Amino acid sequence: MSKQTDQGRRSFLAKATTVAAASTVAPGVFLHSVAQAEPRAEAVSDKVRWGMLIDTTKCGDGCTACVDACDKENGLDLLVKPEGASDAEWDKQRPRWIREVKLKDNLTGRVSTLPMMCLHCEHPPCVDVCPTGASFRRADGVVMVDRHTCIGCRYCMMACPYKARSFIHESVQFKTTNAPRGKGCVESCNFCVHRLDNGQTTTACQDACVKDGHQAIVFGDLRDPNSAVSKAMAEYPTVEIRADLKLNTGVRYTGL
Amino acid sequence: MKKMHFREWGVESPRYWSMVAILAAIVVIAGFATLYMEHEGHWVTGMNNQVVWGIPHVFAVFLIVAASGALNVASIGSVFNKKVYKPLAPLSGLLAMTLLIGGLLVLVLDLGQPARLIVAMTTYNFKSIFAWNIYLYVGFLAVVAVYLFTMMERKANQYTKAVGTFAFVWRLLLTTGTGSIFGFLVARQGYDAAIMAPMFIIMSFAYGLAIYLMVLMFTFKADDRALGDKLVSRLKNLLGVFVAAVLYFTVAYHLTNLYGTENHAYEAFILRDGGIYTTLFWGGWVLLGCLVPLGIIYHPALGKSRGALLTACALVVLGGLATMYVIIIGGQAFPMAMFPDKTIIASGFYDGVNGEALSYSPSLPEFLLGIGGVAVALLATLVAVRVLRFLPESLADEVADPHTAKGA
Repeated sequence: MSKQTDQGRRSFLAKATTVAAASTVAPGVFLHSVAQAEPRAEAVSDKVRWGMLIDTTKCGDGCTACVDACDKENGLDLLVKPEGASDAEWDKQRPRWIREVKLKDNLTGRVSTLPMMCLHCEHPPCVDVCPTGASFRRADGVVMVDRHTCIGCRYCMMACPYKARSFIHESVQFKTTNAPRGKGCVESCNFCVHRLDNGQTTTACQDACVKDGHQAIVFGDLRDPNSAVSKAMAEYPTVEIRADLKLNTGVRYTGL
Repeated sequence: MKKMHFREWGVESPRYWSMVAILAAIVVIAGFATLYMEHEGHWVTGMNNQVVWGIPHVFAVFLIVAASGALNVASIGSVFNKKVYKPLAPLSGLLAMTLLIGGLLVLVLDLGQPARLIVAMTTYNFKSIFAWNIYLYVGFLAVVAVYLFTMMERKANQYTKAVGTFAFVWRLLLTTGTGSIFGFLVARQGYDAAIMAPMFIIMSFAYGLAIYLMVLMFTFKADDRALGDKLVSRLKNLLGVFVAAVLYFTVAYHLTNLYGTENHAYEAFILRDGGIYTTLFWGGWVLLGCLVPLGIIYHPALGKSRGALLTACALVVLGGLATMYVIIIGGQAFPMAMFPDKTIIASGFYDGVNGEALSYSPSLPEFLLGIGGVAVALLATLVAVRVLRFLPESLADEVADPHTAKGA
């Protein structure tokens, strides 16, 4: 019993000493690195380019895991149909950041399934046309909308070749802190930028796809040759949707 | 040439005020419709995340295009020195301003965040043609206002030609900017064409002149002022040339598209299978907007009738609205070719499954907003001609163009 108490006391003293030492020395030693570990204190840099590879052969037909996860992560599932709106109209007016698309090859009849979202172009037409610069591309490749300067003109939606953007047609009651939104602005997939800025390196859609066992989505840093996405892109033949436009999209597809 | 006198529009008060009241009532109704849309959000309109620009843009773009065209009559007078057009110039400048104001109002009030207009006026992305257009539109109002001043203030008359030339160049740039809103859009099959800018310019000539002629004939008839046949005939023939040119550009645009296989689906949609868009293209844009007016204008008997000319002008305007509908909404309703060799057989967000068009059905409030823009333009015109001397006392042929009148 007393041996146990002694051990307990000894371990307590050891821990207390460590904590005391840490709290005295740490500010000098660690503060700098703590600041570095807080990415929001610094502007994002182009040392990273976030990108994604989607393997359409692994994408599950009828699976909506990525769509559901995106809706939840970004609060799209919190939006409610305005009173008096018809279901059919609401379905066309509700925002979507990611959607499932099923294609059939006109010649061979081969069917493939894939998720479509903002493809995070290097030269995004939505950014070119935005009169106020609200539609912008971050140095790390994320294309998104500054909700403070978006005037709701929807010219970016006219310009996007991927139909990736949505306009908020209704008053918003509930929203997540991740993705605050309001009536009258445009928005789209931002690669779960709140996660990236908090040091995470996965998107909600990717996590959901992994969890569902498909692993069709690989996300990561295209500039890092050792990242999973770079390795996968080096291994498989990939395509860019509307490659003719030479937008150099950050999202690529394989098996299409 | 006799000295030209200008006088305020002298329509008897009850008639004048009833016209003003009707237009003001339309403006008020449109105002309430706009408040309703702003309060509720765009879900009360037919616009959605598939077709993002609707009826307000049809009216706004039409009015803006027509505004630059309305200035043409003044330009012919002061830039190209056609004396007979000079007395016609003040009304031309006035309409250019009022139509533009009407169009801009509609455009701005349809924004998702109209209160952020101040952001649009202070934060610019100069790669955007929209940002340029803000300068082009606001600048146009200022330039035309100065132009009007040089015309209406005798001491400033000496500057009319210089300012008029500047305004003419400005208006060409303005319509280039408007056409390029669509011409610069690489994503969509119906747009992304350099011909958009010149086609919009030629459309502006036709729509602007048609509106000008209607307002001219109406204001003169209502006030019992003389309007010479020779003069009307000149303007009528000019309208004929402009309408024919619209038709020419239409043919050139579609023939070019038809040549390349990649555009066949889009052409089939507009020309054959597009339902309302096909109907509006052939029935509105081509038949009522171009062929019938041309038939009237160049018909030996009808061409001499004021009523028939008025009908032709009204048809050009209606055809113009149909044209805008086909270009703006038809261009969006046709699904984007994201996967050229494939057919989309299912989608969680439309995308034109099996080639099906994206749907849009305009709602009453957005239609009222568009009509409100027209009413604002007309109301401003009626007020201006009543309080300022925009209209010549007489445009009888012997006054306006004694040389030609004598020769006849």
